[in-house]
Amino acid sequence: MKTFHKGGIHPNPDKLTADIPTMPVAAPSVCRLMLSQAIGAPAKPLVKPGDSVTAGQMVAEAGGFVSAPVHTPVSGTVKKIESIRNPQGMWQDAIIIETATDAQPDIQPEKQSQCHTIEEVTPKEIIDIVGRAGIVGLGGATFPTRVKLSVPAGKKAEVIVINGAECEPYLTCDDRLMQEHPDAIVNGTLLIMKATDCPRAIIGIEENKPLAIEAMRHAVRDIPSITVEVLVKKYPQGSEKQLIEATTGRVVPAGGLPIDAGAIVDNVATAAAIADAVLFNLPLTSRIVTVTGPTLKKPGNFLVPLGTPINTLIELAGGLPEDTGKVIGGGPMMGRAMCDLDAPTTKGLSGVLILPRDMSMRAQAGPCIRCARCVSVCPMGLEPYLLMTLGELGRWEEAKARGAANCLECGCCSYTCPASRPLLDYIRLDKMEIRKL
Amino acid sequence: MDNKLIVSLSPHIHTADTTARTMWHVVIALIPAFIMAVVTFGLPALWVTLISLATCLLTEWFINRFMLHRPFTLSNGSAFITGLLLAFNLPSILPWWMVIIGGIVAIGIGKMSFGGLGCNIWNPALVGRVFLLLSFPAAMTTWPVDVPSAFSAADASADAWSGATMLHQLKWAGHTVDVSEVNFLDMTIGHMNGSLGEVGGIAILIGLAYLLMMRIVTWHIPVSMLASAALFSWLFGGNPLLDIFAGGMLLGAAFMATDYVTSPMTHKGQLIYGAMIGLITMIIRRFGAYPEGVSFAILLMNSFTPLINIYCRPAVFGARERKAMERRAAQ
Repeated sequence: MKTFHKGGIHPNPDKLTADIPTMPVAAPSVCRLMLSQAIGAPAKPLVKPGDSVTAGQMVAEAGGFVSAPVHTPVSGTVKKIESIRNPQGMWQDAIIIETATDAQPDIQPEKQSQCHTIEEVTPKEIIDIVGRAGIVGLGGATFPTRVKLSVPAGKKAEVIVINGAECEPYLTCDDRLMQEHPDAIVNGTLLIMKATDCPRAIIGIEENKPLAIEAMRHAVRDIPSITVEVLVKKYPQGSEKQLIEATTGRVVPAGGLPIDAGAIVDNVATAAAIADAVLFNLPLTSRIVTVTGPTLKKPGNFLVPLGTPINTLIELAGGLPEDTGKVIGGGPMMGRAMCDLDAPTTKGLSGVLILPRDMSMRAQAGPCIRCARCVSVCPMGLEPYLLMTLGELGRWEEAKARGAANCLECGCCSYTCPASRPLLDYIRLDKMEIRKL
Repeated sequence: MDNKLIVSLSPHIHTADTTARTMWHVVIALIPAFIMAVVTFGLPALWVTLISLATCLLTEWFINRFMLHRPFTLSNGSAFITGLLLAFNLPSILPWWMVIIGGIVAIGIGKMSFGGLGCNIWNPALVGRVFLLLSFPAAMTTWPVDVPSAFSAADASADAWSGATMLHQLKWAGHTVDVSEVNFLDMTIGHMNGSLGEVGGIAILIGLAYLLMMRIVTWHIPVSMLASAALFSWLFGGNPLLDIFAGGMLLGAAFMATDYVTSPMTHKGQLIYGAMIGLITMIIRRFGAYPEGVSFAILLMNSFTPLINIYCRPAVFGARERKAMERRAAQ
């Protein structure tokens, strides 16, 4: 079995919801669509208060080259466009839509007539449709997929890597998608290959998802250009550069992009969204969210219309437990702690993880005992203990010289530190200050 | 319930490992060697160990409480290890007040004067031992007469050597002692003279195996140190097996050179560090004034650790590929 070679950790996977089928969530009575759901410029509203909209309609267009449009998952009336708090409590503009009571239920791929086939659609059409459908990296990075599929001049895509690693503990949304819709993922992969003129693709899945591996292997059985690669369970395997090394042996140059190594990485959910958009003309209006936690009553996987309040999801999973300490958007290693649970679901929300209070507090940091574990687990070959000290001392030039900018913020160093030192916090500070240099 | 949520930056989960857990594992790994010490040297070994432990713990507590005004730190086990290791490096019949001086120097000067755990340059236990060795050379090289040497009892000169370690015998008798008379079985189970913790070769190896199994240490330092010592022993005309099992070589390789704080951060650096300790030990043993050289070799290489850390960086992921890409772009 393959894996990446440098560093990595083996946290307890805690995949509580791997066997729980995805449950569709009904459209919310008030749908609040954040204009900023992708990396890059916020989308620009195309509607104004009072307008009536139908499900699937584009309500905001891309606000720049790196940006993605937003579509409404519900039919109804635009109430207002105002600033609301995102899960981290920051104010951001959103379109508020009141769902019509007689509206059709959520749109399903099966109900749409096929509008394109993989054979007849052209690469340019694929990229245009992906851009218009508002598809972004659904693994959590939310980078607009249209930009990724546009291979720069002079570069060549030699292999597409489809990310089914899902190395974050607790999360199972990709696992469920692979079990339930393997054909959509395969169709999406074929479309990505066509759009980028790439002859082959590898779907990388970690060994602890046997049903997903079986489903994907079955789905690609007649397609020689796509292979399924089973990977050793190791975090951060789902990180772009690590996954490329694990599946292809290629190493992306430091500071470079995957395409510099001839590779393009897309998440399985992104691939499925591409298939829905190109083959069924369905824009991205919903995503699978894992709602989980060790003390949650009914953890599960939910197909959630964008704009649904996070509170609603928690209610569906049995309500916020008494002992809740922390609610995290995403997984426990890279997710972001939330402070406002009224905030709506966005395209980047892969999971809602609820940790009890006794798991929510960091231990008191002690002195560094120079055990070198942070150095040996860093997948980027950095020296976290040193970068933290340089950060504490404000020596940004040196932190830059020691490669702090290469940090992918996977958190292996902080996770493994026996003295519970906030290594990654200081490396983030390094990175912020290095950008100002 | 109150609806206040805790927020912090990722990661939100943490390994169960703590500094204290790591340190207490080292203490567990030292137990077999301690048992061997008591079996070999009797109750005096127990007294030396208890006095050393008490001195080290009290010194750290006193300095933290009354001089640095810092919180209680004894529960992390680090001072406990220093106390044990210092005792392991002393003869069992060392006067009690010398043990106390050793403990105060080890913790007070060797560790706390630098700022406490994680800040010291040299291994504290060895600082204490070398201080005693230089201050009380006679007492530090006086061994109990009733403990047999590993040289064969049939050897006519055996009586003359009672109360000496094997390395003393080799050093002062030179080639007149026939190494083929060494009883290796005795050596490995502690039937030889020396400091408390260094006589039970097998016991130390059991402790090392435990440390490796629990992933407290990696193989790099012990293996490189022992391999280089064996190599240079052979090159200098010695008996590699004897040099590994005699004196503090095994104790040093398993517990002293592997001290986190004073050893290099990368595996590459650790290999260089271990190999240099092996080499320096053998140079001192063969050509130096002292019969034993592990302590000096480790302290010397402790001093080089910061330099090794500068020259033995981990390779940044993709750095080589970046250079190759830049070369291509330049052409």
